Parts: sequence; C-alpha cells; structure tokens
Amino acid sequence: MIDVVGVDRIDGPLLVVEGFAGAAYGEVVEVTAPTGTHLGEVLSTGTDAAIIEVWGDTTGLRTEDVAVRFRGETLRLGVGPASLGRVFDGLGRPRDGLPAPPAAVTADVHGAALDPAARAYPSDVIRTGVSAIDAMNTLVRGQKLPIFSAAGLPHDALATQIALQAGGGEDEDVAVVFAALGIAHDVAAGFRERFEGSGLAGRTALFLNLADDPPMERIVTPRAALTLAEHLAFEAGRHVLVILTDMTNYAEALRELSARKNEVPGRKGYPGYLYTDLASLYERCGRIRGRPGSLTQIPILTMPGDDVTHPIPDLTGYVTEGQIVLSRALHRAGIYPPVDVPASLSRLMKDGIGEGATRADHAEVAAQTFAAYARLRDVRSLATILGENALSATDRTYLAFGEAFESGLLAQDPEEARDLDTTLDLAWAALSHLPASELGRVSEATLAAHYGGGHGAGAGHGGGAGHGGAGDAT
Amino acid sequence: MTRVGRLRRITGPIAEVALEAPVGVMEAVFVGDAHLAAEVISLDGDRATLQIYEETAGLRPGEPVEGTGAPLSVTIAPGIVGATVDGIQRPLGVGDAGPYLVPGATSTDAERAWPFTPTVAVGDAVDGGAVVGTVPETPSVTFSVLVPPDAKGTVTSVAPAGDVRHDDVVAQVRTDAGDERDVTVAQRWPVRTPRPFAARLEADRPMITGQRVLDTFFPIARGGSASLPGPFGAGKTVLQHSLAKGSDADVIVYVGCGERGNEMAQVLREFPELEDPRTGRPLMDRTILVANTSNMPVAAREASIYTGVTLAEAYRDMGHHVALMADSTSRWAEALREIAGRLEEMPAEEGYPAYLPSRLAAFYERAGRVTTLAGAEGSVTLIGAVSPPGGDFTEPVTQHTQRFTRAFWALDRDLASARHYPAVRWQGSYSFYEDAVAPWWREATGVDWRDLRRRAGDLLEEDARLERMVRLVGAEALPDRQRWALLLADLLKEGVLRQNALHPIDASCAPAKQVRLVRLVVELYEAGLEAIRSGVAWLRLREAVDVAALGRLKEAVPDDESERIDDARDDAVAAVAAVRRAAEAARAEREGVAT
Ligand SMILES: Nc1ncnc2c1ncn2[C@@H]1O[C@H](COP(=O)(O)OP(=O)(O)O)[C@@H](O)[C@H]1O
Ligand SMILES: [Mg+2]
Repeated sequence: MIDVVGVDRIDGPLLVVEGFAGAAYGEVVEVTAPTGTHLGEVLSTGTDAAIIEVWGDTTGLRTEDVAVRFRGETLRLGVGPASLGRVFDGLGRPRDGLPAPPAAVTADVHGAALDPAARAYPSDVIRTGVSAIDAMNTLVRGQKLPIFSAAGLPHDALATQIALQAGGGEDEDVAVVFAALGIAHDVAAGFRERFEGSGLAGRTALFLNLADDPPMERIVTPRAALTLAEHLAFEAGRHVLVILTDMTNYAEALRELSARKNEVPGRKGYPGYLYTDLASLYERCGRIRGRPGSLTQIPILTMPGDDVTHPIPDLTGYVTEGQIVLSRALHRAGIYPPVDVPASLSRLMKDGIGEGATRADHAEVAAQTFAAYARLRDVRSLATILGENALSATDRTYLAFGEAFESGLLAQDPEEARDLDTTLDLAWAALSHLPASELGRVSEATLAAHYGGGHGAGAGHGGGAGHGGAGDAT
Repeated sequence: MTRVGRLRRITGPIAEVALEAPVGVMEAVFVGDAHLAAEVISLDGDRATLQIYEETAGLRPGEPVEGTGAPLSVTIAPGIVGATVDGIQRPLGVGDAGPYLVPGATSTDAERAWPFTPTVAVGDAVDGGAVVGTVPETPSVTFSVLVPPDAKGTVTSVAPAGDVRHDDVVAQVRTDAGDERDVTVAQRWPVRTPRPFAARLEADRPMITGQRVLDTFFPIARGGSASLPGPFGAGKTVLQHSLAKGSDADVIVYVGCGERGNEMAQVLREFPELEDPRTGRPLMDRTILVANTSNMPVAAREASIYTGVTLAEAYRDMGHHVALMADSTSRWAEALREIAGRLEEMPAEEGYPAYLPSRLAAFYERAGRVTTLAGAEGSVTLIGAVSPPGGDFTEPVTQHTQRFTRAFWALDRDLASARHYPAVRWQGSYSFYEDAVAPWWREATGVDWRDLRRRAGDLLEEDARLERMVRLVGAEALPDRQRWALLLADLLKEGVLRQNALHPIDASCAPAKQVRLVRLVVELYEAGLEAIRSGVAWLRLREAVDVAALGRLKEAVPDDESERIDDARDDAVAAVAAVRRAAEAARAEREGVAT
C-alpha cells in the first residue's frame, strides 16, 4: 500500500495525482478527507500521473487535505455463507451494526469473465407459482430474467412473490441476494419484512444503496452483491436468486459519472459502453459445468416514460434471457400480476419445459396461447373502432378467450402459489373458447387430449376444461 | 520476440508505449509481465498506442512491451474445425485453468499428430495456393496444406505419408526467384488482410438454408451476403443457429460477437449431438466457433469478426464452401466506437467513427464465390445479424450494413410477439439473388419457381391490402373472394412462412418440400377463386377443406415423404372442384327450371 498526501486537481468525481507513477490500472484507492473516507478506483495510470475516479461525493474537498491510499489490488470483498442473514451497505460493509462476517474467500468485486465453453446450458425449471411466468415465460435456474416495469406498477410485489414461492419453502439450498440500487427506504424495508417473515430469513443477504446514499457507490453495489452470489452458487453449491432493483437508478448513476468525466454521450446521454457495462453484471449468472449451484438473476427496472425502446430496457433486453413486461392497462383493469404477455419472453423456456420437466403439452399450449393473444389484440382494436357487431363469429370467440385468459390464468393473489397443472389447465380452459380450427399451433393428438371446446363457435366453459378432459375436436 | 518499449499510460483497453525500438502499425505485441495480447493501432514518433485484447486491471506504467514483428494473425492448421476459440483464436473450454478466463493464456495445439497424405511429388511445378497434401481434419472436412500464396515454384522435397505436427515442414518449394521456401502444416495469416484468390465468380446457385421464408422468398446465393437486423427477441440468434445447422455448406464459422455466453454453451451442447444434414456426421465436425461474449474484453470483440472471416477464407482456399454467421455485428461496431472514443477520435453518426461504413464494406467484400489459387472452386457466404438500438432500422449500423449486403432479412417485433418465427417481414425484406438462383430451383425441383413465387407473392400483397381494409370496416364486410384470400394468406403464413426451429421435422425444410407447400397454397387459392366466381360461398369452401390440417403438413410430413403434400393438395383442390361443380349443376338446374 502506498499513501500519497495531497492531490493536484479535483474535477468532479476525478482526482489527479501528478508525478505519481506507481498506480496499477483498476486498483482500488481510499480517499480520505476531513469530511470522511471514500473508495475509488484508478481510471488511468501513467508514468506522469494517476487519475482516480471517486465513488462518493467530492463536493467541498480541497486538493491539499486529501490523502490517497493505493491498496495495490482491485476492489475485493470477503464473502462466504456467513454473509447470509446480514445487511450490507452499497460497498459491502456491514450496515446492521455487527462486525464483518467471517469470509470464506476474498474475491474481486468485478468478477472474472466466465469462459463460455465452461458454462452449462441452464434448463432446470423453477416453479414460481405465478401462472403468467410458469405457463408463458418459464424461468429456469441460471437464467437472467428482468422485470420491465414502470412507476406505480407492482414489480416489487411480483419479485418478492417469485422469490418467496421459488425459495421460501423447505429448499435449504436456495439463497437470496438482494441489491437495492437507489430505491426508497420504505421499499427496501418492504422487501426485508417479507423475506424475514418467510422461510427465507437467514438465507438472505441484503446490499443496500438507498435513495439518499451516495449515488456513485451504486456502481459498486450490484458487483458486491454478485460477488457474494457467485461464491454461494459456484463455490458453495447453492441455488442463488439475485434481485437487483432498480437498474434504472444504476444506469443513471453510470450516466452521471460518465458526464462528469466528459465522455462522448450516446443515446439519451448514456455512455456508449452502457451495453458492455450492463453485460458485465448480467452475464455474472448461469451455471458452470461440473458444479452443482446456479445463479439466477431477476433485475428490476422502471422504463422511463413507459418506453421499452429507452436505452435501459433496450440494452437490458439485448443482454438478458428474456423479459417480463408489466402493463399499465392490465394494472388499471385490476389484474395482478399485470404481465403483458405478447411483450414478455423467456428465452430459456424452450429447453426447460416439456415431458418430464413440466408437461408434454406445455410448449404447444403456450405457443397457441401466444398466437391467440396476438389475434385478440387485433380483434379488440376492431371492436373498439367498429363495435362488436362488426366482428365475425370467430372473432367473438377471441373476446371470450381473452376474458377467460386474463381473469382465469393471469390474475392471481400475490400470496397464491398456483401449481403447474392447474395453470396449464386454465390455459386450455381459455383456449377452449376458440373453435378447434383456430388452434393450428397444436398438434391433433394434443388437441384430442386437452381441448374442451368444439361445441360450436362461441361455446365456452367457465374454466372447467381440464387436463385430459374429453376431446371433442370435430 | 524483442522488447520494443515500456508502458507509459494505461486507460482501460488502451495503452500508450514509450518506444525503445521500432514497431509497425498493426503489429501484434505482448504487454506486461502477464504477457497480454495487444495490437499497435497508431504510431506517433517514439510513442505507440495499443489496444489490448485482455483484461488490463493490474497493469502498471513501466511494464515491458514486446514486439512480434507481424500483424495480428490467425494460425491456419488442422484442429480448428470442431474447436471453440476466442476473438483472437485462443482455445476456450480446454485445460485445467478453471471456468474463468485467464489473461495471457496461450494456445497449444501444436503437439497433436495428424495423418498427412502428400498430393505433389518432387519436381512438380506449383503455384502459390496449390495443395501439397491433405489431412483428414474431421470426418466431414479435409484440411489441405497449401503453398503460401507468394511461393510459386518447383517442389524440391515432400514429406512421405504419415504423421505430422503443426510445425513440421511437409514440403519445400524453390521459388522462381530462387528462394527455398518451407511449407509447414500450420501457417499464419494476418486477419485484417483478405486472402488472395484467382478470380471472383458470379453467384450461380443458392445456399440452401432449410428456412422456407429465406430459400423461397429471399434466397441467398453461395458466396453471397445477407444482413439480419431485428430488435431484441425477434429471433436473430435462433435463426443464425438454424442457418448454422441447416445450411448446405461444407464448413460453418459461427462468430458469437459480444452476445450471451449461454448461447455459446447451447451450441456446444447441441452441435456435437445434431446431425449434419449432408453427411450424417455430428454438426460439430464441420463447425468452427469463435466466441467473444459480452463479458469478454471489448477489443477482442472487434478482432473476432476478422478472425472468423480469415478462417472462413482459409477453408475456402482449400476448396470448401464456407458460411459465416456473425451474431451480432452491432457489438463489433460498438467495440469500434468504444475504442475510437477512448482514442478521442472525432465521432461521426451516433458516436461511431467516420470509418464505420468503410470497415463494414471491407468486411462484406470478403464474401464471394471464387476460383482459388489452386484452381478449385470455393466460397464464403456472410450473414451478419444487426441489433439496432430500440429496433430503429435507420441507425447507422443497420443502414450501412444494408448498403453492403445483397439480401436483407428484416425481423419484425410484431411478428415475434405473435410468436410468428422466423419473424422475417415479407414486406420490406428483399434479395438481389432471385434471378441468379432461379435456374437452379427450376432444375432441382422441376417447377417454374419464379412463377410460383410470383403467385405466392401476389397473395401476400393482396393480404396486406385487405388487412388494412379489415382494420377499417371489419372482415365481415368483405366480399367472398377477399375472405378466401385472407384465409389462404393465413395458410401461407402459418403453413409455409412460419417455421418452428424447435420442431424435429419442421426445423429444416428441403427445397422439394418447400416448393410443394407453396404450390399447395397457391393452387388451392386459385381453385377456390374459380369456385367463388361460379357462385360458391367462401364458407362452403372452408367447410370443404380442413385448412388447419393443411397448415400442419409442414410438421407432419418429413422431407423424404414430401410427395404426400401433393396428395393433400390434389385432395383439397378436388374437394373445392366438387363443390364448384355441385354449385354449377345446381345453378344449371335452376336456370333450366326458370327457362
Ligand atoms: N424459429 C423459431 N422457432 C421457435 N422459436 C423461436 C424461433 N426464433 C425465435 N424463437 C423464440 O424467440 C426467442 C428469442 O429469439 P432470439 O433468436 O434469441 O432473439 P434475438 O437474438 O433477436 O434477440 C427464442 O428464445 C425462442 O423462444
Ligand atoms: Mg440474439
């Protein structure tokens, strides 16, 4: 460790130490001033000077009373199973008044890049008990599946429901790592209470960078959380679920830092490397060949202006393995969870579901439901413009399908863990409102086994068409 | 290797060097005590700027830099096919280094012995690029050892048949200038320099991809180029994987550039298990994987595209037909932008450097069907996925790629959200290879392919027009012939254009089956129109034929039984004709009664 007292320039979050050639690129520094200590990182190092990026507020710092300690290594964090049950700040320091937990290892918070050829392709289904996910957007162990939400929508409730129902039971292998990125105290407290009130207490670690904590520390928070998660998953063999919320606040902190570094801004002022930066977080996920654990990520982000083409959701969608999009219209209609089905996607679903894993008809019923739902949108807009009278008999069956699907399958209680058979049967019940001739995405054999409609166009069941119900596909 | 200088400044993947000895622009160098791979990107007096292909955390000013005397190059040698390498051709997934990438790792494939068969004799005159011998690299791909392009001359020695290793000299050539040149099994070639060939040939036949919407509607020629833009989730990667599986190429180079690690893991899991449709051997036996995923260093992402295309050219020069899929070229362009930004170069459109279009043009120029220096035929077909921000096709990478490629396969968000895959938009996509490949199709399938496509295209156009009307007045208000058109256009979309990559039968479709499916729709449509003209109600026709069942034929009928589709067509057309005749007879009777 090398200490330098006094710096030559302070420029926003950047400190310049001239005449100092001893810094390693990327090494962590402690910046101490009368007002307190911040951590930072060497952004550029040369024979003539070192430039440091400070993760904290530099307002009021004076060049002469700043001391910089070069730690000689990148930022490292001690992590281990003892970190579970604990609360940390955004840099991974205890925030619960207890001493730091004993560490099994000390690891670089930036992680190391996983060799793609060492990955095991994830395909073990997680039953979340949420029909919109289990039927239509199946989550698998080792997947990164974000929730694209917007202000005022129940993303927190949905994320907690998934975490509790997927891991709150007896399954001692499951652990939850929660990273709060610039969210309000009460939101964080809400998560905490629900975790504590469940079987997950003691198997959860929280990393909190709240709305009034230094925004620059937010750059480190997800990395600290993922460092623990990686250890638990890949060294300790646990099935780890990581919730990162809200990634929009993270990206905004990155933008702020970039602007203060005078970098060329990209779309909407976000730096051109936002994709790479997000990937450096989201790709810390998955499974490794020959190792038992898994790391599953559920990042949450709020789409500015409800706009899915905004760089944050857009670049997230380009990295993650699908997305669960929440819909304001469904929320207004009182449907929880308000999952926008056509816009949502689970890319790893296809290799997880099917006979043995979920059910033999799963892929087909999901494909048919997606297709029918897409058609439903057209029918609804036609009905809005021209009135229901302009609809054909077939079109009207789609309205019945839509009603059955949304109130039967989509809607459920935030406390309800619905089993998969019931969920898939509800999908068939909705599809059974359509004539068999509309169900082209389902093979004739599957149709014969599950389809409960066919009593003429428009004939519908309330929700009674069941698994293996009498096939009447004529 | 000699020391050429010491590090002056390190900023991310960029470093400045105080030179002590000369280096060349583009020269490959090694940086620091950890021996990180890097390339000189500019020179200014006694200073050089490097881009470093590995994680640079921990580097310090003053660490040494070593020159190699050569530009960034790939090794062309047996062992490449079936392997997975990173963006600068270092092996992935090998050794006991653990699951994480280790900076400074090197390649060691040189120890393996390969059975060599000479194909020249002492005294033979050989041109540059001539084959001196072959090695069965995999059961599907024969590797040829070539005379270096600039070593035309006379063979003065040849190794006998037997085991050889990468560094072995298998022949010697006295060049016309009088130099003795060794021909080794493994040879190096700079990635940014296209490999030479004797002549460029016109596109003459399609590269069959097994995807109906592409082969039938927007074909790509062997040696052609195509761009595949689409927003996230539109199906770029699944389509690229399908192309890598189903295309009738000898060698596939798959470049995963700045995308997901799990997608590479998926290829590595599936390809050794799946059958090459041409040889029945595992697909991996014809596949080269270049993987620089999004969590790997950004400068190597930039290089990965060049590494891939250079390997493709190398196999082309051995007389193979090679297809390269790059997913995604946008990540390559972004890497270019990131490096340019760090060099504080003047940005042009959306922060991309002004040389983005010329780099893209130069890359796609490396596609082509050629006569090799050895006189054989070979080709490189290039297919680049593009990931436009926000799905906006007016952004620079999409725009410029569209200019430099001859087929444009636009993926559509709405089709994808309706789960109509491949979500290739039929309005807005195009191919300039239609004319070039039409004779092949006529020859291979015996039908007037051009005419068939036109009739199918007309139906799709009619459908697009009617869809707009439906949105205004509702379908109920349309006359019968238009209702019929909507129904049959649906059959064309569902039963032909939509193709399920996950279905064992439907995943790939042979040309004969493609033509039969299209004929079925077109002829049924026309027969129906005739019946409607005779006064038959469209609802009667819908009752007479089971359209949903016709839509399932693609999944029910395998390639080698595709004549069953013709039977189904004949039955359906006959059913329609019967309805028509019944209507005509009834009318004749009525008219007879009336008179
Ligand atoms: N041809 C296809 N058949 C079946 N499913 C597909 C097909 N193409 C795409 N999909 C579905 O769409 C998802 C997203 O496709 P992907 O190729 O990963 O999109 P992109 O690369 O454009 O982001 C896949 O995970 C798969 O579920
Ligand atoms: Mg993709």
